[in-house]
Amino acid sequence: MSTYYNSEDLKKFGKISEFQPELGEKFFEYYNSVFKEGALTAREKSLIALAVSHAVQCPYCIDAYTVSSMEKGCDEEQMMEAVHVAGAIKGGSALVHGVQMMNKYKELSM
Amino acid sequence: MSVLTHKSLAAQSHALSETDKQLKLLQEAELTPFQQKLKESALFPLKAINVDVFQINMGKMCNQVCKHCHVDAGPDRKEIMTRDTMQLCLDAIDKTNCSTVDLTGGAPEMNPDFRWFVEQLSEKGKKIIVRCNLTIIVANKKYNDLPEFYKKHKIEVVSSLPYFTSVKTDAQRGDGVFDQSIRALKMLNEVGYGMEGSGLTLDLVYNPSGAFLPPEQSALEADFKKKLKDRFNIDFNSLYAITNLPISRYLEYLVASDNYMGYMEKLVNAYNPMAAENVMCRSTISIGWDGYIYDCDFNQMLDLKVATKGQHLADFDLDSLNNRTIIVNQHCYGCTAGAGSSCGGTTA
Repeated sequence: MSTYYNSEDLKKFGKISEFQPELGEKFFEYYNSVFKEGALTAREKSLIALAVSHAVQCPYCIDAYTVSSMEKGCDEEQMMEAVHVAGAIKGGSALVHGVQMMNKYKELSM
Repeated sequence: MSVLTHKSLAAQSHALSETDKQLKLLQEAELTPFQQKLKESALFPLKAINVDVFQINMGKMCNQVCKHCHVDAGPDRKEIMTRDTMQLCLDAIDKTNCSTVDLTGGAPEMNPDFRWFVEQLSEKGKKIIVRCNLTIIVANKKYNDLPEFYKKHKIEVVSSLPYFTSVKTDAQRGDGVFDQSIRALKMLNEVGYGMEGSGLTLDLVYNPSGAFLPPEQSALEADFKKKLKDRFNIDFNSLYAITNLPISRYLEYLVASDNYMGYMEKLVNAYNPMAAENVMCRSTISIGWDGYIYDCDFNQMLDLKVATKGQHLADFDLDSLNNRTIIVNQHCYGCTAGAGSSCGGTTA
């Protein structure tokens, strides 16, 4: 069955450079630098990436950063807490617009 | 998640209890041959350097049935080393300048001649390592004094603890193993093991509870130290991060969980020439319960005896062993992935 998402495609991510080598290579160089140990540990970055993957709802990223987090020594509790951080921000970002709705409601009401 | 059985593959008459079936499966996968990778790293044929470590497998009998066990050990395995074979080990050790004797199993302590053997080794002034599964210390009253026994002979204790929580530990090693391991670690700490200034070394071994590679060793060690101290007031010296090799029960797990090809591709892609150069088999020999000699404990479990004359302790030939070519196969990718893996942790 043909689907828009195919888990095998994740392995081909590097191939995006085939159609535009210069920008592709620059992107991957930047990408690899971002995930190196720095002021944040590689493990902290992996958990952030896992949370963001859920926020942007990218199945490839979720697969990649589930494995990455496990290989950085994270357990299921820590990983689910990271997903809840994404959930809280996503939920909060919807709900905080409730203030805008309230403002408009009040503006139009007697 | 798969269910932990309480029988070895051998007792189940499982196809993968047969070494030729395991080797066939490893060779069938369409992956770059390990030998080719070694050639590209100018390491083929892989040659031994010396015999610095005698790793002795004292038998397949164990009180646990861990899901990833490369020995396929368990209570139903009765193959254990006799005192006569231990004597052959002692005679062979005398013919070498090895620094270390590394005792493993199964649970080596379940061998009735374990203490006799350790006493004999102790007189030789070699570093002695016992790979203790921890739970054996609390499994029966007769083992409760093991920490004192280890202390008396200044044994280095190396113990598996896959994680600092019960869920992950018990999933790999069996129900209740985590709590029993914590009790045993406390007993080891009480006699001085892992405590600063005691001179008694207690190292832990992490290996992944699933189809993924181990984390960076030093970061994980810091995490283990903090968590075990904060939660259980337990101290230890070093943590070794070890990769699971695709043989025996771990291979069976990979196949049953449909992770086999993905894991093998991961190992191949993570091949590290530096780790290949430092593989432990180049300075180790592995002795089986029946006295046969292998390049490593993994080759032992695949029944790949050393490719040289003197394959048994009775015909021990140090020169041949020092100059031997090591037998490699696709499972060897497990020792060369990422930061490398050995019984002493990372190698690159």
